[in-house]
Amino acid sequence: MNYREEINTEYKKLLTRRHFFRECGVGLGSLALSSLLNRNVLSQSASANPLAPKKPHFPGKAKRVIYLFQAGAPSQLDLFDYKPELVKYNGKQVPQDLVKGINYAFIKPDAALYASDLKFRKHGQSGAEMSEALAYLPSVADDITIIRSMMTDAINHAPGQIFMNTGTVQFGRPSIGSWVTYGLGCETQDLPAFVVLSSGGGISGGASNWGSGFLPTIYQGVTFRRSGDPILALATPRGITRKMQRQSLDTLKALNEHHLEVTGDPEIATRINSFEMAYRMQESAPELMDISKEDKSTLEMYGATPGKASFANNCLLARRLIERGVRFVQLFHEAWDHHSEVVKGVKSQCRQTDQGAAALVKDLRQRGLLDDTIVIWGGEFGRTPMVESDPEANRALGRDHHNKAFTMWVAGGGFKPGITLGRTDDLGFNVVEDPVQVHDLHATILHQLGFDHTKLTYRYQGRDFRLTDVHGVVIDKLLA
Amino acid sequence: MTKTIKLLLTLLVMVPVAGLSIHRAQADGTPDVDKAADGRGREGASVKPEKEPHWAFVPPVRPSSPTVKTKGWVRTPIDSFILARLESQGLTPSAVAAKTTLIRRLSLDLTGLPPTIEEIDRFLADRSPDAWEKLVERTLASPHYGERWGRWWLDAARYADTNGFEKDLPRSIWPYRDWVINAFNKDMPFDRMTVEQLAGDLLPSPSPEQLVATGFLRNSMRNEEGGVDPEQFRVEGLIDRVDAIGKAYLGLSVNCAQCHTHKFDPIRHEEYYRFYAFLNQDDEPEVEVPEAKITKQREEILAKIARVEDELIAATPDYESRLAEWESRMRPLEGAWSVLQGGSIFASFGTKFDRFPDGSWIPKGDNSTKNVYVIQAPSPLKRITALRLELMTDATLPRNGPGRSPIGGLFLSEVLLEINGQKHQFSEATSDFSRLLFPIRHTIDGDTSTAWDIDAGPGIRNQDRKAVFVLKQPLELKQGENLTISLVQKQQESINIGRFRLSVTDSVAPKADPVPVAVRRLLARPAKERTAAEKRQIFSAWRDTVAEWAEANEKIAELWRDWPYGTTTLALRSRPEPRETRIFRRGDWKRPGELVEPATPQALPPMADGTPRNRLGLAKWIVDRGNPLTARVIVNRVWQQYFGAGLVTTPEDFGTRCEQPSHPELLDWLAVEFMEKGWSIKDLHRLIVNSATYRQSSKVTPRLLEADPTNRWLARMPRIRVESEIIRDIALASGGLLSRKIGGPSVYPPIPDGVLVISYGGAKWETSTGEDRYRRGMYTFWKRSVPYPGMLVFDMPNGDQSCTRRTRSNTPLQALTTLNDTVFMEAAQGLGLRIWRDGGTTDAARLTYGFRLCTGRKPNAFELQQLTAFLHQQRPAFAGRTASSVYVAAADLNQLPGDVNLEEVAPWTMVARLLLNLDETITRE
Repeated sequence: MNYREEINTEYKKLLTRRHFFRECGVGLGSLALSSLLNRNVLSQSASANPLAPKKPHFPGKAKRVIYLFQAGAPSQLDLFDYKPELVKYNGKQVPQDLVKGINYAFIKPDAALYASDLKFRKHGQSGAEMSEALAYLPSVADDITIIRSMMTDAINHAPGQIFMNTGTVQFGRPSIGSWVTYGLGCETQDLPAFVVLSSGGGISGGASNWGSGFLPTIYQGVTFRRSGDPILALATPRGITRKMQRQSLDTLKALNEHHLEVTGDPEIATRINSFEMAYRMQESAPELMDISKEDKSTLEMYGATPGKASFANNCLLARRLIERGVRFVQLFHEAWDHHSEVVKGVKSQCRQTDQGAAALVKDLRQRGLLDDTIVIWGGEFGRTPMVESDPEANRALGRDHHNKAFTMWVAGGGFKPGITLGRTDDLGFNVVEDPVQVHDLHATILHQLGFDHTKLTYRYQGRDFRLTDVHGVVIDKLLA
Repeated sequence: MTKTIKLLLTLLVMVPVAGLSIHRAQADGTPDVDKAADGRGREGASVKPEKEPHWAFVPPVRPSSPTVKTKGWVRTPIDSFILARLESQGLTPSAVAAKTTLIRRLSLDLTGLPPTIEEIDRFLADRSPDAWEKLVERTLASPHYGERWGRWWLDAARYADTNGFEKDLPRSIWPYRDWVINAFNKDMPFDRMTVEQLAGDLLPSPSPEQLVATGFLRNSMRNEEGGVDPEQFRVEGLIDRVDAIGKAYLGLSVNCAQCHTHKFDPIRHEEYYRFYAFLNQDDEPEVEVPEAKITKQREEILAKIARVEDELIAATPDYESRLAEWESRMRPLEGAWSVLQGGSIFASFGTKFDRFPDGSWIPKGDNSTKNVYVIQAPSPLKRITALRLELMTDATLPRNGPGRSPIGGLFLSEVLLEINGQKHQFSEATSDFSRLLFPIRHTIDGDTSTAWDIDAGPGIRNQDRKAVFVLKQPLELKQGENLTISLVQKQQESINIGRFRLSVTDSVAPKADPVPVAVRRLLARPAKERTAAEKRQIFSAWRDTVAEWAEANEKIAELWRDWPYGTTTLALRSRPEPRETRIFRRGDWKRPGELVEPATPQALPPMADGTPRNRLGLAKWIVDRGNPLTARVIVNRVWQQYFGAGLVTTPEDFGTRCEQPSHPELLDWLAVEFMEKGWSIKDLHRLIVNSATYRQSSKVTPRLLEADPTNRWLARMPRIRVESEIIRDIALASGGLLSRKIGGPSVYPPIPDGVLVISYGGAKWETSTGEDRYRRGMYTFWKRSVPYPGMLVFDMPNGDQSCTRRTRSNTPLQALTTLNDTVFMEAAQGLGLRIWRDGGTTDAARLTYGFRLCTGRKPNAFELQQLTAFLHQQRPAFAGRTASSVYVAAADLNQLPGDVNLEEVAPWTMVARLLLNLDETITRE
């Protein structure tokens, strides 16, 4: 074997970390170890693919995640957290001891309480309570796990989103999607490992919501565009045919291989591979985005329309992405910041999101994917039981930001279906039973993926950082 | 098992062992938190034998150069250290790289640009023994040197062109970026650079440039989201500043002690806040950057005004007595005013306020909407006849305010007074200034679509103003009864009041003092104490009121209207009244604990006696010869830039958990040399690029890969894929499109459709035209919430935080970018045309020319043959003037010279595109 062949063979073996650890009898006991390996060897030669599939700490129930991020903060009091007592106090000033020391974003501390105008009903065998704004979610009531006792640290949108996605209110830490892809790698090389889709308005927390922080940038989320080619620079420039592209890549490969032979730098092999993957991506990505090949019944179930950018389409795309081996898909739908006319707003956003979200759960279940896919639904915080009303600002019957209690739901991936965890007080102000902090939710999600959240770490500035910082408890009650 | 894998395995086995020894090294006399937690308390630490202090906390001492066998290889002192290590490992250095490789390496490393063919030929032709040294000097003298190394520093400075968070509004801080470029170009000593960036404003009579330099600290993000508590995000900005200083200068994770005593390094929780206290003493103004042109124009305007006034004075022999008469007439008319103290303020859209001891309020955060400020305060008087509103300038407002519009303006549509829910009407409103169409009476006309505007025009608009509102009926109040005053600002968006204060009086029929506030202050002083300039200021105020001088007054008003404004930048200014700093328990700003005074961490050498306990003192301590960290951290980061990894591989962490340096003596030698030779970064470059170590070939042989897979011992030069902005620069330079303009406002190169939709504020991106479309990557407008995708994909840091080590990834998305992105296709088209026009007459000559433009060297036979075959393969597709040939040959046919044959050029674009995508093109060999 000449040197070039040898180095190529070596490179190919190194390509999959799985091979590396299997052949060499090294268990993946500690991911910190692999991060050291990363820093010491790969930062120099990058000769192993950092996105190759990796085994977690223990066999996890779930293998992938679809996170339906409801940015802007949906009102739990008008969707999930039914408060009959609040009706009695409707219009009365909030008890002052409750709001003592709290600075709200917009409302005054003496604001009046506001009971939801929406009707609530129990659904499914589980009797999950949901408001009439949700027309489709009741059909999967027994498949989802409702957490009515979420709490968070932040009360403004950008820090709230950053906290929910990175575990700290300060910008610059890795997002949950990048932690998961760092821990598990990716099952496909034809698509990015961590994909971000968006609908609704611009996103308060911006790109840092899916950033990789101090993790290698390869783990950051890749945003797909809403229209046109999903991936930037996917299309070959005008006038260059696929055949010409192939010819270009063939010559490029020959020249790069020649240079690999001359310089011996394995990084060139990775570059050659990157170009080949890019070429494949040019085919796989448009195929992925083309939902017109889906059954009519599937399209109808989601309320998806080929060629249209919508939350429903994104839900369907999320399923197609994970089917193709993408590890983490995050949908951002920024539309829930209802400082005024919360009922009208919630109803309108449910019309845009409810069907797609419910259909996704149903579709995954029907395809046998729900068992090992975690679906998460929720925003960055909740909304006040007090009304927001300010004639000067043209606001009435709205709700302000509230971080002491809000609702999220999860489904699949070994979460216990058909339960509602946690309870808030009669006013829906504070959590009184089974509080779930953001770090706890993160710990539980990582647990379902096979990680001890205290051991999924990355050494930076001399410290082994975690998604859960120094917090987080796996919430067993949520698990099947 | 293959050799490579065996090697990697050895490494894996070694790592935990090394980790253990480092872990033990933490017992350096500081309390061990883990031990304390498991109940053994501090005794555990005290019984441990005394250990050497952590090496990085001891000031470096210059080690002697090691002796080496192959003395002839040594070119600079660096080489002895590298060679000694190689020899001890049984390794030999690689041969000197080819001259074409060397010049491209040097050019990319020092300027971030590939050398031109002329520069290459000149170097190749230079056979003199000091050809290399001459080239080094030429390259260091390039003005592009400051760009390349400026950008290196801007990573650590977390430079960006927007404020971050939800609104992510644009900010003007590029003058700081240009200051950095200039500082590097001038080779400003690094200690000086540090002092200016951390405390330029505290230097004796600071120059405007020294104020601009403080932008280093202002690069923190700022949250302008509606409803935020400004104090929370001011605190977060300071936390970011501590972090940035920790990373950029000290290589210390100071920020780990924000919530509790540092787990591994000797930084106690309270020490974090002592450090923070240095930074907690400032206002955050926008300052104007001096521009010679604007200064000159202003001087001319002032001179012309002075001439008009001189003429008036000359023509009015009795002006002094008339002025004195005016002054006596202008005695304060307002009566006694009692400022509203205490109370609370509330605004629509969640605007929050700071309160000053003088009773004034200043809004912080969101300014994006029409607003109403509602102030509730106990009346200091039992009887009130009128209300006074003072609008005050403040350094933190745009152009000093008093309003919040970009020019410091405001529109006030109504003033309302309520007591116990009952409204009270005003009968009269007066002010010291109104615009003709926006008089003060608009504020009491009950119509929110009309407003009072205080904009006196350029040059004179940013001054204190006041208005007095007289009640229809005097009000009798109970002691301490609450007044509710609403300042309704609904006439315009985002043109709200800045700093203001309210007072009440019981005087009869008060009016607003017509004399400008600044002049009133002068009049309060005895006439003989006034300077000539002050006298002139008083004269001007009077002159404005003299009816017979209407013509001259109009002439002067005309002159003011031409008053030019310059660019502003974000800076720091020390507050006259220091803030107190308290520990935040668990890092929570809402849980303040004990008071602390500014101090540096005790584990490090103390501040020199007589150093002020402020930012200036901190800056001086950071660059003190006795500081063990700064010089090591900086030389290490410079080293990292050249060799792919630092001598310490964690440039952001020199704490007890960092890896041992590969060459500890070299690190110390460089640090001492750097400090003792006057902190010259250019001298540091000279030491490195003149070394034999730097001039080695980067060829990786199997033996080298086996002996030293990570190239820790540097028996070869590493090949490094260049940084994101340089990838762009290389493509544009090769394509002949690159603008070499230095500095100025950031630019907007083409951005793909659909990228900006994720921006909350709906970002504007007006694609630059002309030269600005093709500026160097470092000038691309950097929007934190939507970083420019073509650069983000190549690991550009997003600017959220200080970054001292970029990732170097290698991904398919990068391949797509250089293959298909508009910028790169335009570069390919530029290069294709250039090859076709300037590359000679034969295919081989043209291919060689193009290859040289991209890689600096000539293609070898294999490469030439491959490229020729490709060219022949492509030509048929473009035969005849096909659509393909049009699209491929040029992005814009109108830009193409008339003599261009599209079908001939198009295949060259294909070749050019291929050349730009070569691994070698985007790699520093």
